[in-house]
Amino acid sequence: MRRPRVTTLFASGLLAVAACGTANAEAPTIRVGSKSFTESYILAEIAAQIIEQTGEARAERRFGLGGTGIVYGALASGDIDVYPEYTGTIAVAILKEPAVTAIDALRERLGPRGLTLGGPIGFDNTYALAVRRDAAARLGVTTISDLRRHPGLTAAFDPGFLDRDDGWPGLRRYYDLRLADVRVMEHALTYAALAGGRVDLIDVFSTDGQLARLDLTLLVDDRRFFPDYRAVLLARRSLAERFPRTWSALERGLAGRIDTATMARLNALADLERRPFGEVAAVFLGRAPDATRSPRSELGQLTGEHLTLVVVSLTIAVLLGLPLGILAARRPRLAQLELAGVGILQTIPALALLAFMIPLFGIGRVPALVALCLYALLPIVRNTLAGISSLDARLVEMTTALGIAGWRRLAWIELPMASITIMAGIKTSAVLTVGTATLAAFIGGGGYGTLIVTGLALNDVRTILMGAVPSAVMALAIHAAFEALDRLVVPRALRAPTAATD
Amino acid sequence: MMIALASVTKAFGGRVALDDVSLTVESGHTHVLLGSTGSGKSTILKLILGLLKPDSGTVRVDAVGRMGYVVQEGALYPHLSVARNVTLPARAAGWSAAAQEARLRTLAELVGLEPALLRVYPHELSGGQRQRASLLRALILDPPVLLLDEPLGALDPIARAELQRHLVRVIAEVRKTVVVVTHDIREAFVFGTTITLLRHGRVVQTGAFADLARRPAEPFVAEFLRAQLPPSDMTREL
Repeated sequence: MRRPRVTTLFASGLLAVAACGTANAEAPTIRVGSKSFTESYILAEIAAQIIEQTGEARAERRFGLGGTGIVYGALASGDIDVYPEYTGTIAVAILKEPAVTAIDALRERLGPRGLTLGGPIGFDNTYALAVRRDAAARLGVTTISDLRRHPGLTAAFDPGFLDRDDGWPGLRRYYDLRLADVRVMEHALTYAALAGGRVDLIDVFSTDGQLARLDLTLLVDDRRFFPDYRAVLLARRSLAERFPRTWSALERGLAGRIDTATMARLNALADLERRPFGEVAAVFLGRAPDATRSPRSELGQLTGEHLTLVVVSLTIAVLLGLPLGILAARRPRLAQLELAGVGILQTIPALALLAFMIPLFGIGRVPALVALCLYALLPIVRNTLAGISSLDARLVEMTTALGIAGWRRLAWIELPMASITIMAGIKTSAVLTVGTATLAAFIGGGGYGTLIVTGLALNDVRTILMGAVPSAVMALAIHAAFEALDRLVVPRALRAPTAATD
Repeated sequence: MMIALASVTKAFGGRVALDDVSLTVESGHTHVLLGSTGSGKSTILKLILGLLKPDSGTVRVDAVGRMGYVVQEGALYPHLSVARNVTLPARAAGWSAAAQEARLRTLAELVGLEPALLRVYPHELSGGQRQRASLLRALILDPPVLLLDEPLGALDPIARAELQRHLVRVIAEVRKTVVVVTHDIREAFVFGTTITLLRHGRVVQTGAFADLARRPAEPFVAEFLRAQLPPSDMTREL
C-alpha cells in the first residue's frame, strides 16, 4: 500500500479547515467595532444588541480598538462591518475634506470606498461651553454670543482646549469674546471648580456624563464655530445589502433616537455608576439586561487569549531569532544589517507597530501575533549573536582541529556554551511580550489588555487592575517557568559556580 | 619528511607574524619550535593544522587524517564531562560507543589519567590533569602528527616537571611526528631532537641543541640560551 503523500495530507487538512469555516458561515456574523472610550462602547453595544434582536446574523463584538486610524482601518479592510463615528472625524480624519459636513455629501464620498452612513443618531459630541444652570438664569445667557455682554466672567479650560485652534483661541476671535480671567486646569478638576463657584465657565464635551449630574447648562454655539461632530453609524455597504432587515432595524433603533442629554445620561450610567456597557445598552433599548458577562467571568478566557498571544509569538520569535542570530554570528557584515533591522523594529512604539499591521493583516489576533513576534526578536537575535561570538576563540578554533564542523559544531559546542546568554535573551523577550501583549487589545487581539482598555475608557482603576495584575502575575510565572527550563537547557557544568582549581 | 614549510609569509593586519620561514620536520622526529612570545611559533602550528593559510609560500603535510593538537590550559569544553571532551573527535568521526570506550581506557592509562576523572567536568581537574586529558583527546584518533603548543605553559613548577617527564615517555612510546612549541629552553632540550629558534617571525637557526649551544648562528642564539640559565652559584647551592 502506498503511503499517503504529504501534499494529500496537507490538502485534506485544508479541506477540514475549510469545512469548519463553512460550518461557521451558516450563522452569518456582523462584526461591530468601537473605539476605546465610553460613548463608543455604548453605541456599539446598542448596535450589537439590535443586531442580535433582529436575528439575521450573530453580532461579534470587536470593541475598544485604539483610535480612528485603527478602527477605520479595520472597517476599510473588512475586519469589522460597522462602528459608531462622528461626522467631523469622517470629514477631517478619514476623507480629509474638512469642509464637507452634510450627511448626504459624506455618504456620497464614502460610496467609492464601499462604505455608507446611517442617519445621524441625534446628538453632537463636540466641545461646548458650560455654565451652572442658576448662573445662566441669573445672567440671562443661553448662547455663546451672550457671553459678550459679561466680560467680567472667569473660566477654567483644559490645556488641550486652550491650545487648539478649534478651541479657545479660535473661539475667542470668532465671537470676539473677552473674559476677566482664564485658568488652565486638568479637565477632571474643572467640574469641581465650576460647581464650587470658583469659575463661571468651563469647556466640556457635549455628551459628558458629568453634565446631567452637576446640573449644568450648555451654551448654544449660535454662530456654529465648533465643528460638527454628529454621531453616526459608519458601515460597510455590504452590511446594508446583505442584511437589509438588520440595517433598517439599526436605522429605526438609532437614527434620531439619542439626543445630547440622553447620551450624557447613558455615559453617566457607565462612567459614574459603573454599570457594564451591555446593561447600559439594554436600559436604553428598554430590555431586561442580559446576564451580562462580568469582567471576572471573562478572566479565564482572557488568560487563555493572552497566553496564546505570548506563547505563539514567542515560539515563532525563537524559531526565527535563533537562526538569525546564528547567521549573524557567522557573517559579521550581515550581523550589522540584522541588528540594525531588528533594532529599528524595536524603536517603533508598540502601538504604532500594531497599527502598521492592520493594512497587512487586518485586526485581531494575527496582526497582534506578527507585531509581538517582531517585537520579541531583538533580544533573542542579539543574545544569540553575543553568546556565540563571545565564546573563547581558542575553544572555537579547537573544533576545527578536532574535526567538528557544521551542525555538530553548533549543536555540540557553540549552542550549549552560549545557552545561558541565549536563554537570557529569550527570557527577556518572554517577559517583555507578556507586557506588550496587553496592547493587542487596541487592535482587537484580545487578552488582558481588553480589561485595561475598557478600564481606561471608564477611568475605572479596578477594571484596569483586573487586567494589569494578572498580566504582571503571568510575567512572573513565565519568568519562573524559564528559570526551570534553564535547568533542562543549560548544561549542568555551566550552571554550577565554576570552582577555581589553580 | 613529514611536514615542510617553504618561504612562508603570514601577516595579521599590518603585523608580520612570519617572514620567509622555511623548515622541515622529519617523520617520526620531535621538532621543537623555540622562541619568545610573538616570535611566530604558534602561527606555524596553526598553518600546519590548516587553521590559517599562508599569505605566500607553501605548507605541505604528508599525512593522512587529523592531527592531534594540544594547547596551553588544554582548551577542554567546560560544558562536557572529561570523557565527552576527549571522545569528541571519535564521535565526529562516527565511532561506535564501544570503540570509543576501549580507546579511552587504553589512552587514559598511557597519559596517566585516573578513570574516575573521566566522569568529572574540566573545572574539577587540576592543571596537570587537564593537560593529560587534552593529550588524551589529541591521541584519540591515533593521528600521525602531534602538535603541542606550550603544553606545560600554564602549570606550576612541580606539576610541570612531572608532566614533562611523563610527556617525554609518551612521545617516545607513540612514535609520532611531534612538533612542540615552547619558550623554555629546558623543555626544548628535553623534547627536541631538532630545534628551530625563531625571532620576530624569522628562523634564526635550526639544529640539535648542541649545534645551537656550540655554534650559534648569530649572537642572539647564545643570548637567548644563556638568558634562561640559572645563576651558577644557585646551581651549586642545589
